[in-house]
Amino acid sequence: MINSLFLINPSGEMFLEKHWKSVVSRSVCDYFLEAKEKALEPEDVPPVIHTPHHYLISIYRDKLFFLSVIQTEVPPLFVIEFLHRVAEMIQDYFGECSETVVKDHMVMVYELLEEMLDNGFPLATESNVLKEMIRPPTILRSVVNTLTGTSNVGDTLLTGQLSTIPWRRAGVRYTNNEAYFDVVEEIDAILDQSGTTVFAEIQGVVEACVKLSGMPDLTLSFMNPRLLDDVSFHPCVRYKLWESERVLSFIPPDGNFTLMTYHVNAQNLVAIPVYVKQSISFFECGSDGRLDVTVGPKQTMGKTVEGVMVTVHLPKTILSINLTATQGSYTYDNGTKLLVWDIGKLNPQKLPNLRGSLSLQAGAPKPEENPSLNIDLKIQQLAISGLKVNRLDMFGEKYKPFKGVKYITKAGKFQVLTITASINKYT
Amino acid sequence: NRAPGPAWLGYSSPGSSLSLSLSNRTSLIDSTCSDLFLLSTRNDDLKEMLESNKDSLKLDAMKRIIALIATGKNASELFPAVVKNVASKNIELKKLVYVYLVRYAEEQQDLALLSISTFQRALKDPNQLIRASALRVLSSIRVPIIVPIMMLAIKEAASDMSPYVRKTSAHAIQKLYSLDPDQKEHLIEVIDKLLKDKSTLVAGSVVMAFEEVCPDRIDLIHKNYRKLCNLLVDVEEWGQVVIITMLTRYARTQFTSPWKEDGLFDENSETAFYESDEKKTKNGDEKKSYMMDPDHRLLLRNTKPLLQSRNTAVVVSVAQLYWHLAPKHEVGVITKSLVRLLRSHREVQYVVLQNIATMSIQRKGMFEPYMKSFYVRSTDATHIKSLKLEILTSLANEANISTILREFQTYVKSQDKQFAAGTIQAIGRCATNISEVTDTCLQGLVLLLSNRDETVVAESVVVIKKLLQTQPTQHSDIIKHMAKLFDNIAVPMARASILWLMGEYCERVPQIAPDVLRKMAKSFTSEEDIVKLQTVNLAAKLYLTNSKQTKLLTQYILNLGKYDQNYDIRDRTRFIRQLIVPNEKSGALGKYARRILLAPKPAPVLESTYKDRDRYQLGTLSHTINTKASGYLELSDWPAVAPDQSVRNVEVIEPVMIHLYFYYPCPLITQMKLCVLESSSEAESDEEKSSSQSSEESDKSSSQSEKSSSESDSEQKKTTKKPPQKKTVKPTAKDRYYNELFNTYGYTVLSQSKCLSRSLFSLCILTPCPLSCAAALLQVSGPAFVPEKRHDLLHRMTGKGLSAQYQFPRQPCLYQPTMVSVQISLTNTTDHPLEQIHIGDRGPTGLDMHCFNTVECLLPEASVTVSLGVDFNDSTQAANFQLCTKEDQFSVSIQPAVGELFLPATMTEQDFRKEQGKLLGMNESSATITMAAENTTRQPISRQVATVANLGVVPSGQDNIHRFAGKTASSGAVVLVTVELRESSAALITINTEKSVMGPMLLRDLKRALTRA
Repeated sequence: MINSLFLINPSGEMFLEKHWKSVVSRSVCDYFLEAKEKALEPEDVPPVIHTPHHYLISIYRDKLFFLSVIQTEVPPLFVIEFLHRVAEMIQDYFGECSETVVKDHMVMVYELLEEMLDNGFPLATESNVLKEMIRPPTILRSVVNTLTGTSNVGDTLLTGQLSTIPWRRAGVRYTNNEAYFDVVEEIDAILDQSGTTVFAEIQGVVEACVKLSGMPDLTLSFMNPRLLDDVSFHPCVRYKLWESERVLSFIPPDGNFTLMTYHVNAQNLVAIPVYVKQSISFFECGSDGRLDVTVGPKQTMGKTVEGVMVTVHLPKTILSINLTATQGSYTYDNGTKLLVWDIGKLNPQKLPNLRGSLSLQAGAPKPEENPSLNIDLKIQQLAISGLKVNRLDMFGEKYKPFKGVKYITKAGKFQVLTITASINKYT
Repeated sequence: NRAPGPAWLGYSSPGSSLSLSLSNRTSLIDSTCSDLFLLSTRNDDLKEMLESNKDSLKLDAMKRIIALIATGKNASELFPAVVKNVASKNIELKKLVYVYLVRYAEEQQDLALLSISTFQRALKDPNQLIRASALRVLSSIRVPIIVPIMMLAIKEAASDMSPYVRKTSAHAIQKLYSLDPDQKEHLIEVIDKLLKDKSTLVAGSVVMAFEEVCPDRIDLIHKNYRKLCNLLVDVEEWGQVVIITMLTRYARTQFTSPWKEDGLFDENSETAFYESDEKKTKNGDEKKSYMMDPDHRLLLRNTKPLLQSRNTAVVVSVAQLYWHLAPKHEVGVITKSLVRLLRSHREVQYVVLQNIATMSIQRKGMFEPYMKSFYVRSTDATHIKSLKLEILTSLANEANISTILREFQTYVKSQDKQFAAGTIQAIGRCATNISEVTDTCLQGLVLLLSNRDETVVAESVVVIKKLLQTQPTQHSDIIKHMAKLFDNIAVPMARASILWLMGEYCERVPQIAPDVLRKMAKSFTSEEDIVKLQTVNLAAKLYLTNSKQTKLLTQYILNLGKYDQNYDIRDRTRFIRQLIVPNEKSGALGKYARRILLAPKPAPVLESTYKDRDRYQLGTLSHTINTKASGYLELSDWPAVAPDQSVRNVEVIEPVMIHLYFYYPCPLITQMKLCVLESSSEAESDEEKSSSQSSEESDKSSSQSEKSSSESDSEQKKTTKKPPQKKTVKPTAKDRYYNELFNTYGYTVLSQSKCLSRSLFSLCILTPCPLSCAAALLQVSGPAFVPEKRHDLLHRMTGKGLSAQYQFPRQPCLYQPTMVSVQISLTNTTDHPLEQIHIGDRGPTGLDMHCFNTVECLLPEASVTVSLGVDFNDSTQAANFQLCTKEDQFSVSIQPAVGELFLPATMTEQDFRKEQGKLLGMNESSATITMAAENTTRQPISRQVATVANLGVVPSGQDNIHRFAGKTASSGAVVLVTVELRESSAALITINTEKSVMGPMLLRDLKRALTRA
């Protein structure tokens, strides 16, 4: 299966390598580096590269390339999924996944990789199991380790693999037993010039943070499970009970995990929380243009819209801009032509507006392409689909846990198409 | 940077190394060094640290060494120093040494042998984890000389008690095989052994080993096929992928094609993919009806839930399984899940889109409803964009083409010009595929000719050229338009295309073509090669059609071409000159010049690059790269005749029973009991009456279940109705019976219960022991206790004088075995008769309910008892319905206590233990309680338990343990309760049931009942 793994930074330096079978020379990465050179953006590097003797499957994530070397047929997604798990594992252990973090914890990352695969086949990928074998660093522990000379490797040998529930370790103890669930929904939408919805759908995810002692068996039920059109689960969820009773019944992993992701049927009308009035126009002759954008609340179910941010990729021929915002502040990077307007909270009484002039490079023709606005927003305490958690029951343990549910709605890929009108200066 | 830093100097001197502070050392680890000199100095120092007798120093040294390895530096010369520490007591040090050994053993074979004895000792360790890790390292050391030792270790580990060790041995098989392929035969023996393993931990790993060592030994799978199917949901994600891929291949060799019948519904039945099937249908006309092998169905059914997995690899592997194995009308279930994956990481999208691209060519209908999911976003990566374009083009049809074209229009304006060019090609493909829009597309493309961007214009020209070629009749004005644009177009390919068009259709534009040629003559020398070639072509064609105007021009161009720097152009010029200009040397060929140059040319076919990707199994690496990857295993064609099905039959009966509990929610279990009753009645005539009753009942329930069989396929019904030989030959009847028992839902068996009961009877005699105990185990007994407690259904105040109370008589429901029977007593407290009391609207919950007959008239002060059957579906959700009289309607609800949803079962203590053994882990809930003083002997405990729940008492050999058994009414899941008395009135209540919601609820009720004073 997976022969080797190389971690490569954007400048092409291979700063970590791990081999699970015979060593593969790093020169194999040359094919990859070549493809990387060719691609304009790191995202454009093809994930699967075919070389004479090997196959290279890579992912680009957190400004790092995870490159795996394969010698025989294997489902490519198997490898891709695993590479993402590696990245998630690093994130989980060290708080972030970056070159410096990996370099700082080189030995530990190497040991983790050793445990994750055996002969190229995944052995332990559940973070609970891994954490039992190799403890993540904490400030306290690193102090203790320095003083006493002990280390991060678990003193007791792992037991997780041997329990019937691979994702949960035995003997978890908390003084405060808590279970929190965050229902996070993202609206993916494309609105056209007139504000009508071209495409909208809701993608949701239930993130859980469960800190409960022992072996709790939880049942989470929704008021309106019929809303959910398509779901995917953490392996702990019992499929059959979902099929028959539409409840999520599971023995949770310890700590943070994604319980389920779901999709709300696009046929149901999706409430669009904001509207955007905009016009970007250029004078037919001369090299000037105007930009005028107003954002206002639409269907917000009485909640405040926060964290509103408008991002525009302006046409390449723009020379400079001169705008004023009635609320919030804007930044503009002339190199990337990226205009970011950070509005913050939406006030329905006084709608934020950004307007001003754009000037084009001398002699450049009027841009024909319509820049689209990307909107970012956040609404606390609201799941825009209307999904509601009904109750959470715990079985199997005696204590009373503290339970909490939080709803958040965010903008996912939320785009507003614009019109570039041309105006005749003299009329 | 060549000079060693001060820290270095201090460090490399042996005396001071011990006194160095810790922080110094760690900072050293971070410093990277590429200098050879530095490296060797460091290594000396490391050696010393490894040889010291302080673990902490050794550990530091090892950490630095591992860091070296991780960064790809060579640390092999430290091997002798490191290997000495292999037997260290310090776990962390040991681990690091293992890591080092695995990396360098291959290079230092002789020295590596020193460590082997340590591992051999560890293989006998009482701790399973130490055994496993020893085997892991031992097998990772790629030293050929230890092959026999490895072989022995693997064989031993394969029969280890611990499933974890067995899993490790499955991994070791592959390692040994790659080290020494000659061991294949022995390894296959081990694989065979491990395939039989029932642990979910082992399953994935051993199938992986099977795939690497002996993928052709399909015969090893037969006996384990059903087990693998059933374990699948509980295997870890990675194992699921491997098992599903293997089972796909297996199924294609063992089952016949399910595609024959519904081949008619195929959208593109002309594709090569289906050709073979059609042939088969023709050949085997007499074999009209297709029956799906129950094992085939089992696989499809058990993989389906995995479409909900969070692991994208699992989802796609299930999707490809359905694509390659499921009947055409069932493949649709995978669509939604695949579309879901498009929200995942970019790389996942890439692979999924490729698979969708292949699928969408064959089955547009599958993805058409999700067309919008394939709309390109400006943030998508280039390869994602082009794949989405590809899919949108494949999905285009008459109905949606206008939407797609509108979408394409915005893409053409994209800043990414390569993508815009790709879009234009896609428009071209749509235009050729859908003749209705050809003209619209062509006009749109012509508009693009005035685009400011060169790539866009060029691509449009090329595409227009191809389109015109398919429809050469009209469009002379488009050609004229292009001729006008000619001066402004600089891209060679586009210029060449226009020239070609001019030449090809020169007779349609007689005025313009010679003029274009004149312009070309002027600029000939500065053109690109491809344009020059087309100029020569144009000249030749014009010379043939219009020699009067163009003779001189042609000759001029041919002369220019003759002295061109490029030999292709010189060649072409020479050839053309011989062909068209008549002279004495030109032979017979000159006569055919017209026919050669102006022959009608076939239109180019614009088709998808994914057209023939389906020769590879979907989801594979080979499919992604469109070449056969090494180690790719071909998916075979369906066999014309299915190989013997009985090879998959398993002798042992236990798994069958497990199966029943898991997959037969329906009345099968009671049914079996009835069958047994019937069979026994044949032996004892005095039970005849009950037998006839039961067979009546079975008929009723079978018809019921047939109605409810939403999942049933027509094929399946045919299976069940078909062969009469079932009865005649007993062994086959047995085989088939098990087959069906195993693989189909209850209804299949039920619908032929009569003929079956007889074969079952014979079966009982043939194999008296296992089945009779199985049947006994399932026997539903009468209730141990019927509580008198009545619950209010409708109070007389709210019911305007009608009062109703309900109670649970705990009798098996007559109407349908899955129902719980409820008795309702209705009383009229008014002074006038109530008429037409009946059950009205049952609300939206949709609980299945058998109503009582309408009570026509209830006199004042009179009361009547009616009975009702409610299928609570094994949940304590209340049954809401309306109780109606002639005038009024009252909403009422029946709220069952969890204990009422069971039916008592009788079983022996042994059976009880066996069942309990199968329901551990997640299926077990327990609690310790303090018993009330009076509840310490058998009788009160039994009574208390029976009051709470409708369970049967299991005879117990021990005084302090009390057991109760039952099954849930609706799905027939086993419920086992154990009350174990401990010291000083403490007691442990344990409940085992797969119904994970009901278990804890029952536990709560029992706790309350038994602690109550």
